[in-house]
Amino acid sequence: MAKTYSAGVKEYRETYWMPDYTPKDTDILACFKITPQPGVPREEAAAAVAAESSTGTWTTVWTDLLTDLDHYKGRAYAIEDVPGDDECYYAFIAYPIDLFEEGSVVNVFTSLVGNVFGFKAVRTLRLEDVRFPIAYVMTCNGPPHGIQVERDKFNKYGRALLGCTIKPKLGLSAKNYGRAVYECLRGGLDLTKDDENVNSQPFMRWRNRFEFVMEAIHKAEKETGERKGHYLNVTAPTPEEMYKRAEFAKELGAPIIMHDFLTGGFTANTGLAQWCRDNGILLHIHRAMHAVLDRHPRHGIHFRVLAKALRLSGGDHLHSGTVVGKLEGDRDATLGWIDIMRDSFIKEDRSRGIFFDQDWGSMPGVFPVASGGIHVWHMPALVTIFGDDACLQFGGGTLGHPWGNAAGAAANRVALEACVEARNQGIPVEKEGKEVLTKAAASSPELKAAMETWKEIKFEFDTVDKLDVAHK
Amino acid sequence: MSDMQDYASSLSDVKSRKFETFSYLPEMDKEQIRKQVEYIVSKGWNPAVEHTEPENAFGHYWYMWKLPMFGETNVDTVLDEAEACHKAHPNNHVRLVGYDNYAQSKGAEMVVFRGKPV
Repeated sequence: MAKTYSAGVKEYRETYWMPDYTPKDTDILACFKITPQPGVPREEAAAAVAAESSTGTWTTVWTDLLTDLDHYKGRAYAIEDVPGDDECYYAFIAYPIDLFEEGSVVNVFTSLVGNVFGFKAVRTLRLEDVRFPIAYVMTCNGPPHGIQVERDKFNKYGRALLGCTIKPKLGLSAKNYGRAVYECLRGGLDLTKDDENVNSQPFMRWRNRFEFVMEAIHKAEKETGERKGHYLNVTAPTPEEMYKRAEFAKELGAPIIMHDFLTGGFTANTGLAQWCRDNGILLHIHRAMHAVLDRHPRHGIHFRVLAKALRLSGGDHLHSGTVVGKLEGDRDATLGWIDIMRDSFIKEDRSRGIFFDQDWGSMPGVFPVASGGIHVWHMPALVTIFGDDACLQFGGGTLGHPWGNAAGAAANRVALEACVEARNQGIPVEKEGKEVLTKAAASSPELKAAMETWKEIKFEFDTVDKLDVAHK
Repeated sequence: MSDMQDYASSLSDVKSRKFETFSYLPEMDKEQIRKQVEYIVSKGWNPAVEHTEPENAFGHYWYMWKLPMFGETNVDTVLDEAEACHKAHPNNHVRLVGYDNYAQSKGAEMVVFRGKPV
């Protein structure tokens, strides 16, 4: 029988709390950590989040009856305690796939993390994880090329890629900047990187930078006989300008370009990733602004969700944190999201903060990029944590070498190769890192000098955003 | 400045030419090569041997020495093939490859006999 219209305000839980609902294979599932306002029952807050992130609004409207809302609504289907935090709880919400435009990370996130984050009934709200059904994954373009294609293009096998962000971040002229790139590459790095805030400032316009950097790449390739690249940052104020820069990079024969996916935005990123697929250019992704969203344990969007968003939107590299360097990152949680970037199927594993199985099908994997305050002494740990499918980026750890970039690059390359050789021999390199590096330094004065320079530098601060574990 | 060391590398010095993984370490001895073959076999990868004139090392395609040794797990057999390739082409780079057919990639690739620099 048809429903009748009755104006007024209903409790959300009457419509959106469905504890008996079994999620469908095609549903998009989300896990939110909710800190409710005092006095708001758990089911009501969970249902409110489901409602406000899908079909609901605060009052009944007559137009609800012109559609089948029961088909479209989000459903809060489970609530769980948060280990170690009595004020919060997890709410699990299932969204029918029909709520979202195909291939649009933009559309999914506009719903899931839209108005609901400012909703008064919750004090704070955090999107902990999202399960994208394979049916939705297949509508997205994903990484332009992926790990395997990048290895083939650059001819790098059996080890991590080595990179370096050129410093100082800002202020170098294009020609001096190209010099810094050249020195890193001739010393043995595979890749160098524009810093994220290098776009096209008055001291160094993008076109000049691109030209000098490409000369550096060509000479370093001829000199070393190895393939080299530099992430030319095409992040720009407008999409038109971004494509203009990408086209010029292509014209110069650049193998890889770069974009900031959060400040640049999902629309720009998805478009650029498609362009990179069409034009055979690799895409490095920086994540400026991520810590604003993902660092607070009770509010925002967890990084594992941002990583999924990027894999769907498209990118061949994504910064992942290092665990051991100067920037935030819990080890187990990091291991969880680097699997999310690289693997084709990731199982639910609460010990690594993964709330759902995630099936990527044949969507290519993304290289995690470890960057930020790392140097040769970290190499044994980095090889152990990341394995081969990663890009290890030593900025200060290359440029800060007492003999300059080329020596710094060589030190990193020798350290990496020594750790990989030892690992392949079955040596536990993280434990015996000192012996491995010391032995390698006997035939590399560059490594020896690097080890002396950075002997005492550690970054042992406690992590702010830890995994939720029981305290009682 | 006196204790600062110059980074010796140039277009005109053929010793500057590298050849990817492990080429920044000293050349491996027989025992070290054996351990890398053991690693490739233990991973379930398919061993293969390739070689090239050093002046053509930049290209993606080197000459295959016979076919990849699909399913070969005997370390000595792999070492013998690498040795035979080196004997037949003493001036060439000889590299050992571990094909990972699940990743559709190479899990390992390293030059085990270094050719005459040119």
